Amino acid sequence: MSEEAKQEAGSEADTGGDGDGPRESGGGLGFETRMIHAGAGPDPVTGSRQTPIHQTSAYAFHDADHAASLFNLQTFGFIYSRLGNPTVATLEERIASLEGGRGATCAASGHAAQVLAFFPLLEAGERFAASNRLYGGSVTQFSRTFPKFDWRCDFVDTEDLSAVEAVLAQGAKALFVESLANPGGVVTDLEALAGLTRAAGAVLIVDNTLATPWLCRPFEWGADLVVHSATKFLSGTGTVIGGAVVDSGRFDWTASGRFPGLSEPEPAYHGLKFSETFGDLAFTVHSHAVGLRDLGASMAPMNAFLTLLGTETLALRMERHCRNAQVVAEWLTEHPKVEWVSHAGLPTSPYRELAEKYLPNGAGAVFTFGVRGGYDAGVKVVETCELFSHLANIGDARSLIIHPASTTHRQLSDEQRVAAGAGPEVVRLSIGLETVDDLIRDLDRALAAA
Amino acid sequence: MASALHYSDALIAGILRRVRTIAMVGASPNWKRPSNFAMKYLQEKGYRVIPVNPRAASGGVSILGERACASLDEAPAPVDMVDVFRGADAALEVTREAIRLREEKRIQVVWMQLGVRNDEAAAEAAAAGLTVIMDRCPKIEYGRLSGELGWGGVNSGVISSRRQRLAPAPGRGRQR
Repeated sequence: MSEEAKQEAGSEADTGGDGDGPRESGGGLGFETRMIHAGAGPDPVTGSRQTPIHQTSAYAFHDADHAASLFNLQTFGFIYSRLGNPTVATLEERIASLEGGRGATCAASGHAAQVLAFFPLLEAGERFAASNRLYGGSVTQFSRTFPKFDWRCDFVDTEDLSAVEAVLAQGAKALFVESLANPGGVVTDLEALAGLTRAAGAVLIVDNTLATPWLCRPFEWGADLVVHSATKFLSGTGTVIGGAVVDSGRFDWTASGRFPGLSEPEPAYHGLKFSETFGDLAFTVHSHAVGLRDLGASMAPMNAFLTLLGTETLALRMERHCRNAQVVAEWLTEHPKVEWVSHAGLPTSPYRELAEKYLPNGAGAVFTFGVRGGYDAGVKVVETCELFSHLANIGDARSLIIHPASTTHRQLSDEQRVAAGAGPEVVRLSIGLETVDDLIRDLDRALAAA
Repeated sequence: MASALHYSDALIAGILRRVRTIAMVGASPNWKRPSNFAMKYLQEKGYRVIPVNPRAASGGVSILGERACASLDEAPAPVDMVDVFRGADAALEVTREAIRLREEKRIQVVWMQLGVRNDEAAAEAAAAGLTVIMDRCPKIEYGRLSGELGWGGVNSGVISSRRQRLAPAPGRGRQR
């Protein structure tokens, strides 16, 4: 026994009470503390304080029995980095902690995380529902590629609760929404939707990419799973492609018999039932041991490391992102070349009340505005900026600008584009951390040219 | 509805550090069962786990190298902890047996598995001076406090700038 362990063993009380001081379980610690510490204690072998980058494909077994235990899921440990990696696991625990979830599984991209989220839930021929206000890439993934797995998506206006109820009653096993919807300004009424999914025995999946857990924690409003593109604000400097699916640990996968992937024997693991064996860890264990094993879209250790660095400053960055965005949005509302601004922090926004409820720390930094002059004027604005980068990403320290109709939402039909808030006159901004006056000057010049 | 159970990390870590021998009531010889998973893991961490399973005992079956006992009575002393891998209904009977045998077997802890809670049993055991844990799995708690659970992406709730709180002490566990 180490000196430290002896000391602890000698001093602990057997009363089971609270009050063990700051080392007590993370639930009581603040967000900023957890964004730096969760998942990442000193390396047990070397004492390295920053998380090491475990750039390895595979892990040596102690002996044949240890190998068998790992392959049987009888013990915790690493086999092969497709299934799990220590650096990636540190990020998984950190994201799970920040979201208030039970566990997380990182993936090669946000899109990969979405496949991982649905994979344990849906059998071939089954349906789910999704908001019609989603990132265009998600609409395409759900409507074009998922049907190849015979997974069918019904898009629904999630502001029409009776329409949501109807689509759930028709057998949708899950509902997918974005908390703060891309391309911006739309806040989803998570609590109302969670009431409907709970009543229908369906899984509420919330893409929390634009909000980040600093602005919104969907599990507090009844969500069952959260997905992220870690490419955006979590990593925060435009360096990585990555994603995560987080499980609340609260959904009862066995009650309805509708989720056999989690409740019934898994032939590839000798008939093990994930729910029975792993309890509230079932989804997270399954998404590594089956999801990543067979889908293979694992996050690279270096990307996990860069995302870990990003999470350490998440709250600070989000505060500045939101403050800059609020200033730019207010300035745009006064501009003669601007038809409208869709930012939930504006007093005129129809989503203002929902933003105050779900996004009390700020209404986000990604939003849209409409330029007078339609499609051509929108293209001209993005091509004229000097500081704003014209590219297809969001959530970077740099300010970004794009014309969704000609880029991110190009694959959609005209109707889908309008429903998604990406009509021809729409310009999307992702406000960075630069001096806000410089951003305003850049937009002013670009709008003058449009 | 009874209130949620809370046990401090220090309490759980203290138990797992002090205990050497565990009688697992309801240990299954079927290697695919959760009890067998937990038993194997705890053995790897250096605990001696004595399976208590009347059916296995009557057939003379060994589980993971340990001869199954028909009852707690048959388990060789000392038994530091009784791990109840049975339903909440059976927990009372098992706990009363542990109370009856606490001096003879030097039992200190009654631990009821994840999903198992029996407040009546807990009150009787506590009155008899036993430490009681309910609705937790010693394997998951060991993994959580040693950092191993986090290897699977699970939120362990442990935040510390110090090295691990719980790890196999030198000389424990199998030789590597």
